Amino acid sequence: MPLARLIPCLDVANGRVVKGVSFVGLRDVGDPVELAAFYSAGGADELVFLDIAATPEGSETMTTVVAEVADVLEIPFTVGGGVRSVRDASRIIESGADRVSLNSAALADPTLITAIADRYGSQAVVVAIDAGEGVVHTHGGRVATTTPTLAWAVEAASRGAGEILLTSIRQDGKRTGFDLELTSSVRASVSIPVIASGGAGSAQHIADALRVTDAALIASIVHENPSGLPGLRREIEALGVPLRPIKERA
Amino acid sequence: MSDVVVVDYGAGNTRSVRAAITHVGKSSEVTADPGAIASAPYVVLPGVGSARTAMTHLNETGAATALRERFAADAPTLGICLGLQLALESSEEDGGVECLGLVHGTVVRLEAERVPRLGWAMVEPWGEAYYFAHSFVAQSPATVATSDGLSVAVRSGPFLGVQFHPEKSGDAGLEFLSQCLSLV
Repeated sequence: MPLARLIPCLDVANGRVVKGVSFVGLRDVGDPVELAAFYSAGGADELVFLDIAATPEGSETMTTVVAEVADVLEIPFTVGGGVRSVRDASRIIESGADRVSLNSAALADPTLITAIADRYGSQAVVVAIDAGEGVVHTHGGRVATTTPTLAWAVEAASRGAGEILLTSIRQDGKRTGFDLELTSSVRASVSIPVIASGGAGSAQHIADALRVTDAALIASIVHENPSGLPGLRREIEALGVPLRPIKERA
Repeated sequence: MSDVVVVDYGAGNTRSVRAAITHVGKSSEVTADPGAIASAPYVVLPGVGSARTAMTHLNETGAATALRERFAADAPTLGICLGLQLALESSEEDGGVECLGLVHGTVVRLEAERVPRLGWAMVEPWGEAYYFAHSFVAQSPATVATSDGLSVAVRSGPFLGVQFHPEKSGDAGLEFLSQCLSLV
């Protein structure tokens, strides 16, 4: 098995990182390129960029951001938000992203998963699921559908998804720990890797999640102290979860 | 002439490979031109897309012949991910594909607990962790490194293939690439 992964998630709107990144050591905390490079140097295993505005004009800006990030980043990154067609996926992957993340567009048209996987491989397709009360939600978790979470995860995998990004609506933003039960049950139902999301408030929470799944998405815990990432990794390792060895830069 | 020719086979992301090559101080160009591929000081065959699409493109452009020519002339080539797999004799992917045949062995569907095998994993005996993203794997007597018991690097004469992505493997990946490119 590959090592567990720690994946900071950056929310981007119109080319700028939004939401709570605070750090005096960065020239520009809103610059996705600078922040990506900083997290990479701090030991992020991967990054996720979520285009939360995802307007047509914003998409063009996002493509530029992706290309700039690809030129400085030597770790993999995924781009989500506003990927609604093979063409959107091509634009993002050919600008340098490793993977795209599909959410409501895949739910509306599950053949999109297969179409992108056929062209770029399963490893390039992440299906993001916002889960609560046993069913999939849309519109950032505000609207419940009738699709059962487990059934959708299984279908996404069978249609060619290479990974599930699973967000617990109940835990998201609370910082009281991941929904381990939800994560375990989804992971047990598929044979592709699963990223747990929603609830990271401490190294203990992350270590607990990484004991039941392949990767953990982290946001506010790292954005409010970007230079704390190497320390957070050490704490997680001290709790018995091995991560990839990082050479500390002088 | 550039230090490195990155082979274009019509699919996806060569940007990251070129960025990493630039990072280690070498110049590069992306092309499918057989003449450029045959005569380049160093060639990188990158890893994106499917085996069938890639081989069709390499055959149609003449890049496949050029890659065999430079192999015969003892000129160095690095295959990354799918680029490693394309150098073997054949692949099980897409119902069976005849590949370049630079290296003895075949490519089979990965049987692991989770497929695709995604993430950082230790490579032995090199003692470093690199980033992997694959659903197929080599079975080859030319294996020179393994990860979780899988063949993840093969060498045959001037060809070296790695299953991981050095261009996505942080400092360890850049160091690896820098060593490869120290030949030019």
